[in-house]
Amino acid sequence: MSGPGRPARRSFGGDDHIFVEFDEEMNLPANFRVMAVTATLAERRIDGVIDICPANVSYQVRFDPDRVAPRDLVAELEATEATVGDGTDFDLRTTILELPILYGDPWTRETGERFRSHRQDPDATDLEYAARVNGFDSVAGFVAAHSNSPWFASMVGFVAGLPFLFQMVPRERQLEVPKYLSPRTDTPKLTIGHGGCFGSIYSVRGAGGYQMLGITPAPIYDPTQTHPDFADSLVFFEPGFIVKYEPIDRETYDELTAQVEARRYRIRQAPVEFSLGRFLADPDGYNRGLTEVLRGS
Amino acid sequence: MALSVLKPGLATTVQDTGRPGYYNVGIPPSGSLDQYSSLAANLLVGNAEDAAVLECTYMGPELRFDRPATVAVTGADLPPRLGGEPRPVWESFAVEMGDVLSFDFLRSGARAYIAVSGGFDVPVMLGSRSTYALGALGGVGGRALAAGDELPIGDADGAAPGRSVPAALRSTHPKHREIRVMMGLYDHRLTDGGRRAFLDAEWRLTTLADRTGFRYRGAALEFRERVAPFGAGSDPSNIVDAPYPIGSIQIPGGVEPIVLHRDAVSGGGYVMVGTVISADMDDVGQSAPNITTRFVEVDLDGALRARRERADRLEALREAVR
Repeated sequence: MSGPGRPARRSFGGDDHIFVEFDEEMNLPANFRVMAVTATLAERRIDGVIDICPANVSYQVRFDPDRVAPRDLVAELEATEATVGDGTDFDLRTTILELPILYGDPWTRETGERFRSHRQDPDATDLEYAARVNGFDSVAGFVAAHSNSPWFASMVGFVAGLPFLFQMVPRERQLEVPKYLSPRTDTPKLTIGHGGCFGSIYSVRGAGGYQMLGITPAPIYDPTQTHPDFADSLVFFEPGFIVKYEPIDRETYDELTAQVEARRYRIRQAPVEFSLGRFLADPDGYNRGLTEVLRGS
Repeated sequence: MALSVLKPGLATTVQDTGRPGYYNVGIPPSGSLDQYSSLAANLLVGNAEDAAVLECTYMGPELRFDRPATVAVTGADLPPRLGGEPRPVWESFAVEMGDVLSFDFLRSGARAYIAVSGGFDVPVMLGSRSTYALGALGGVGGRALAAGDELPIGDADGAAPGRSVPAALRSTHPKHREIRVMMGLYDHRLTDGGRRAFLDAEWRLTTLADRTGFRYRGAALEFRERVAPFGAGSDPSNIVDAPYPIGSIQIPGGVEPIVLHRDAVSGGGYVMVGTVISADMDDVGQSAPNITTRFVEVDLDGALRARRERADRLEALREAVR
C-alpha cells in the first residue's frame, strides 16, 4: 500500500484555492493524514483562510489572496504537514454513531425501476446486483458484510452534509460495486448508496450515480433545524465520524419514522477516540472495541 | 413592508455576497454569480454592499411594490418597465406604492440583478441570505421565487433615485468570451494533445448552465492510459473523489467540460484540468447558452494581476456611484 509518507502533490486551483493530494488510490492512512493535517490547520487559524475541505486522499484550502499571499500559504501548509507527519500517532477525537437501515426498501426499488436503462442489470434490484458482483449467494450475506463492520466518513460534501463512507476492513474484504452506467436524475432522500469502494448517504433528494441499497429513517441534514440532533448545526456528519449500520425491518422503520416526524428521534451516538495505528494492527478487534462504546450510550 | 411576486420569472433567487466557511461540509458559497453587477445595483440604491438582491436568469419577474422605494437593475441587459413605461438599466429610479415592475426580453448576458433600497430582508442563514436551492437553504424557503411570494424589504436610508453607473463601468456581454484559467489539479491526466485541444477549442455553452455549473461543448479530449487507482473508477476521467475548487473545470468522459460556479458541488470523482481565475467568474456567470468561449491559460502572477485590476474596477465603481 502506498500510504503514509508519500510526498504530497500540490496545485493551485485558480488564484484562491490550493489543492493537495497525498495519494491517488483510496486508503485509510492517506485519509487519516488528510484529517490530521486539516484539523491541525484549522487550529492554526491562518488569516485569509476561508474554507478547509478534507476529502478522501486530498484536501483543499479556499483562501482570500488579498489577505494571505498564495505562496506564503503553500509554505504554511507544508510546515503543517511536516509537523503532522504520516498521521499514525494522531488520535482523532470523533463520534461513533449507529444508523438504522431498511435494506431493499420499496422507495429506492421504485426509483431503480424508473431508471432501468441506467443500470447494469435491469432485472435485479441494486441490492441483488451488489450482492452478486461481490460474490454473495444471497442478499442476506451482502447485508451482513455491509453492516457487520463500521464505516469511516472519509469526506463530507458533494451536496450539503453528504458523507462519503469507507468501510473499515482490509482491502480484500471491501465491497465494491460499479456506479450506474449513467447517473439518475432522482434519488430518494436518505438513500444508502454504494459506488466503487465508497458508501454514501444521500442527504437531500437529487441526482446520483451510486447503487441504492436501502434507506435510513434518521435525518442527517436539517436546514430547518427543528430536529433534536440539529440544534447546533444543519449538518450532522463531520469528516472522521464512524458509522455502524443496524439492519431494521419495515415495522421498525415506520416506528422510527413516526418518532422523526414527531421531532423526538435522536441518533444513537457516543464520543470516541480513533487511533489509526491501533486500528491497522488489528482491524476486527479494534472495531469490536469501537462499537462497544455504542452499547453503553 | 413588502414586495409581492406576481410572476416569478424563470429562476429568480435572493442572493448576496455569499456564505463562506461551510464548503467543508458541502455547503457552497452561493451568492450572486456576477458579483460586480450585484454590487453596482446595491450602490445605486444606497444599500450596504452585502445587502440581498434578486438574481434573475434569462427572464425577469413581475413584482408589485407595497411601498415606495428606489430600484436599480444591472447585469444582463434586461430592460425594466414600471407600470408599462421603460426604465433605464444601470441607473436607479423611484417606484411608488402599488407600482408594478416588469421586464422586456433579455437582450444580452444571462443574469440581471434587481436591488431595492433597504435590501431583501429574508432570514440570514449561516451568515448569508443567499439561496442555495439544492440544500433548501436561504432566500425564500430555500428555493427560487414563486408567484404569490411576499418579500420583506429592510429599512432604507433613502438613497435618491437618479444615480447612474458611467458607461465605461457598465458590463458588456459579447457573443464570444475569453475566460482566463490556471491549468493544474489533474491536467497531467490529459495527453499533450488533449491539453492543447482544451486550450485551442472554441467551446460553445450548452443549455446545461445553472448556478451549479456551466457545461460547454466543442472538442473531445484525450486522457493518458493508466491502471485505475483503487477507488477511482474505471473511466480514465475518474479520480478518487476529491474537493472541487469554485471555478474548477471538470471533464467527465473527456467531453463537455463543466465550470463549477458558486452553487458548486463541493467534491466528486471527475478529473479537473484547471480553474477559472477569480477575476473572470463574473463573466462566466453572464454567459448564456450558445455563446462561444476560449479558455486562455495564465499563471498565478497573471491571475493575481487580473484580480488587482478587478479590485481597481470595483473601487472605481464605488467612487463613481457614491
